[in-house]
Amino acid sequence: MSPDAASDKSFTVAEGSGPHATDVTIIGAGPCGLFAVFELGLLDLKCHLVDILDRPGGQCAELYPEKPIYDIPAVPICTGQELTDRLMEQIAPFDPVFHLNQMAEKLEKLEDGTWRLTTDTGTVIDSKVIVIAAGGGSFVPKKPPIPGIDAFEGTSVFYAVRKMEQFRGKRLIIAGGGDSALDWTLNLQPLAESVTLVHRRDEFRAAPDSVNKMRALVAERKMTLEIAQISGLQGEDGQLTGVVFKDKERGEWSMPCDMLLPFYGLTMKLGPVAEFGLNLEQNLIPVDTEKFETSTPGIFAIGDINTYRGKLKLILSGFHEAALMSQAAVRIVHPDKKIRFQYTTSSTDLQQKLGVA
Amino acid sequence: MILNVTTPDGESHALEALEGWRVMEVIRDWGVPILAECGGACACATCHVYVDEAWLDRLPPRSEEEEEKLDEAFDVRDNSRLSCQILMRDDLDGLHVTIAPLPR
Repeated sequence: MSPDAASDKSFTVAEGSGPHATDVTIIGAGPCGLFAVFELGLLDLKCHLVDILDRPGGQCAELYPEKPIYDIPAVPICTGQELTDRLMEQIAPFDPVFHLNQMAEKLEKLEDGTWRLTTDTGTVIDSKVIVIAAGGGSFVPKKPPIPGIDAFEGTSVFYAVRKMEQFRGKRLIIAGGGDSALDWTLNLQPLAESVTLVHRRDEFRAAPDSVNKMRALVAERKMTLEIAQISGLQGEDGQLTGVVFKDKERGEWSMPCDMLLPFYGLTMKLGPVAEFGLNLEQNLIPVDTEKFETSTPGIFAIGDINTYRGKLKLILSGFHEAALMSQAAVRIVHPDKKIRFQYTTSSTDLQQKLGVA
Repeated sequence: MILNVTTPDGESHALEALEGWRVMEVIRDWGVPILAECGGACACATCHVYVDEAWLDRLPPRSEEEEEKLDEAFDVRDNSRLSCQILMRDDLDGLHVTIAPLPR
């Protein structure tokens, strides 16, 4: 375990693939998953969290870090990032362990009743309780609706770069105007046979430094910039031979290429959680409103991913759900323990856990 | 007032709309499929629509924020808008938009 060096906020990132053992595994490190760490922590339950993003915060970090939120009780205004930062500060005393950049993929029950969660990168976490706080699902790259594109995915069309070597000596077309498109243009240009960046307008929201470097490469004729949009793909048997561009003045034309990397931002997909054997209603997980437990005992669902009569997709609803879920979770982890209900205002015991008494 | 919506499959719907509602909200409220993942924060580009040319002049222009976010939409045209950024009002009674193909 080590504090995350890449962030100025210190938190624990798991090392190694495990099996890790903890009390509660939380799928999703958005605001509800983070606050669950607090409520579970007050009841002495330790948590591991799994998230596909590279940092905590979920939608608050990915979709609207700069947008104001006005409906958090007693916080008249804060941004998505500020809410995340404050939650991280609030749960720090409980030292949760984060497994980032990975997606919860498989859930199985061991003989002794323990849940074993495996992620897509092979991390294994064992716990008595699972909390699904997965919001709108996993953030995954948007796949543009180009007819026939799925036949090329994984062989000629890539939405992420895992191994740079596979692009060596290839003719690449990279689409998009954000940091991912620009960063990969700059990183792959030295080893590719050729690189063409295609974007719908001659303005880029990526970091200005990257944009300047890209423009310098274009000026030196080391790469090509096309202000256009993709309208079709050419090739067969999964192998691209060209991409069709279009714009208003020039109409349509094709450019030869071996590989296409589209970077149009992220979208949310429920993903493998749908295969966990839980009841689903329109990609939401039905729960009771006493414990926020799913149809499977020991598996809870809180926040935007759950549904029940009267459900409102508000962050504050998820916070309430986390508190009630925790009361049920502790009775599963410690069935013989007498659970005392206490207030942080007055309980020395709770204050010691929070490190303030 | 009425909002006319054509889906990517070519289905047409005439939806009763209320003043002040975002076009995205009207579409979602009537159950016509639209992703609109961020819920109207101009943060996801998944409520992309094409506005019927006849109505373009009546819409306020794209903000810089909407323009930037459209970079994450596909097949953006001159009449492309994010439907969470258009508020229904009296002179938009009858507005016609076509929902852009959804990302997969």
